[in-house]
Amino acid sequence: MRTFNSILLMIAGLILASCGETESKKAITGAGATFPLPYYNLLFKSYQDSTNVVVTYGGIGSGGGIRSLKDQIVDFAGSDAFLTEKEMADMPAEVIHIPTCMGAVVLAYNLPGISNLNLNGEIIADIFLGKITKWNDTRIASMNSDIQLPDLKISPIYRSDGSGTTYVFSDYLSKVSPIWAEQLGTAKALKWPVGMAAKGNPGVAGAIKQTEGSLGYVGSEYGFSLNIPTANLENSSGNIVTPTTLSISAAAKGDLPKDTRTMITNSSAPDAYPISCFTWLLAYKDQSYSGKTLEQAQLNVEMLRWILTENAQAMTEMVHYAPLPQAAIANALELIDSVTYNGTKIKTTK
Amino acid sequence: MRDKIFKILLLLSALIIVLICGGMFYFLVMGSTEAFGHFGIFNFISTAEWDPNPDNEQYGALSFIVGTVMTSFLALLFCIPFSLPVALFNGEYFRGTKIALFMSTVVNLLAGIPSVIYGLWGFYTLRPLIISLGLSEQGFGILTASLVLAIMIIPYAASLSSEFISMVSNELKEAAYSLGATRFEVIKSVIFSSSASGIFASYILALGRALGETMAVTMLIGNTNNIPTSLTDTSNTMASVIANQFGEASDLRLSSLIAIGLILFLITAVINFIGKMIIKRFN
Repeated sequence: MRTFNSILLMIAGLILASCGETESKKAITGAGATFPLPYYNLLFKSYQDSTNVVVTYGGIGSGGGIRSLKDQIVDFAGSDAFLTEKEMADMPAEVIHIPTCMGAVVLAYNLPGISNLNLNGEIIADIFLGKITKWNDTRIASMNSDIQLPDLKISPIYRSDGSGTTYVFSDYLSKVSPIWAEQLGTAKALKWPVGMAAKGNPGVAGAIKQTEGSLGYVGSEYGFSLNIPTANLENSSGNIVTPTTLSISAAAKGDLPKDTRTMITNSSAPDAYPISCFTWLLAYKDQSYSGKTLEQAQLNVEMLRWILTENAQAMTEMVHYAPLPQAAIANALELIDSVTYNGTKIKTTK
Repeated sequence: MRDKIFKILLLLSALIIVLICGGMFYFLVMGSTEAFGHFGIFNFISTAEWDPNPDNEQYGALSFIVGTVMTSFLALLFCIPFSLPVALFNGEYFRGTKIALFMSTVVNLLAGIPSVIYGLWGFYTLRPLIISLGLSEQGFGILTASLVLAIMIIPYAASLSSEFISMVSNELKEAAYSLGATRFEVIKSVIFSSSASGIFASYILALGRALGETMAVTMLIGNTNNIPTSLTDTSNTMASVIANQFGEASDLRLSSLIAIGLILFLITAVINFIGKMIIKRFN
């Protein structure tokens, strides 16, 4: 009985200790997309080091993040897809979208001996629709006259879990292939006619590495860090573009809407990689909810503003993402300026 | 006084368990009403269409039910030739010896390996083997998943059935020997016939375990939403589709996933119940 009592005491002590700790530190909580997770981990670690503000970000998927924001249990949510008009209307209050960095979807393949492959959107759509089944198909061969393509079956590999990566990929294919737009459309999960699926970027990349003749799509940050061969794509100007941080950033040149809610796939910029995307942090425009204090609201706004500074943007390339172009940063800052607390603008020191 | 407090504490913690179980069931029922209301219970169970396109949402659980039942029963089939000999080895031939102790420790160790390790092993070892044997072109699918599942449920089937085999009374066996029966004949007609229902029950419980296995299956089954037509087809199980799609699901899709969870909950509950009933009768 005595040991039993002391165990109870210990547990109670632990609970009390952990409560005390969170109270003494300044903290911001967020949750959402896994795609920018490596970038956010780096970002928030360095933010904590310089400001002593702890930002916790749970990579639970955009859907989960948006649900948490809707339930008003987090300060911000991360998402690779912007909220549709209907989703905006479903939220309890107005939400703003702050772009934080750029990424892309790259086409990774496993063809022994081939390290330079060119593809275009229509060919990719037809492969994933099951219309092109062999690597030596004349349409692929005509884009790759300098290499000898094998007489090998193409194994398309896609994401089994709902994912922002799938959303961006299908958004691009819907723009370049009318049949794709009609049969599959743009969504985080699709009704795929052919191929097989694996969970997460690591799952898809692993399956590609293990399967000869496979073609699949992964987030650029993952593809770049893994060094697996990725295809060069023909963009809307007819140029063959290799996915790099430079060509990804180039996709956001040109006009952006004020609220930054736009997909930049199939960009018209001549040097743009065509399957590029933003990733956003979502926050309420009015920060007075769930008993949040003005001080907490200020912390949140300061943190958002810091992400758009040069220092923070420079970190994108360390983890294989691409920095935001100036135009996007200007729009985002304007959005942050519009944030209020109980109807009045929030003043921050930084 | 202390006794009383202790009794109340025990009662409370037991009640909490019951409450948690009831709460889970309540949550599953409440969460799935939207999907059942939208598609109809029977329709939801009997259609194989799974189209998450927001313009044309269409969800049915049939392909996942078939995938789950197929992988689990195949796993059960594959596990019999390994678990039954192990059970005989430990429960009859080497009962109580150090070898049996060692053997049962190793088998029970299998139960402690995290399922993601099984998944990785299947991915890097079993899958290339299946490809090189020419059984399947890409190596993922029902067969690969079932083989790994079979290994995972061996400890559950083996340890329980060896328990039942060792419980067969010595008088019966000695009587058979005195009539001139060989050891094989004793096993065949005395041990198996008197512990049959117990062994059967242990396989039912192992099946219940196979039905809900998620991680290893997700890594190996190929995750395609279709009714499998052959052993090497890729497919999806109820547990793996939930694990895959839960993170990004909302509204009707979320409700459909919860409905699949409810169906899985009911199937496993029924299977476990049957197993327990058989064991009870045996005792």
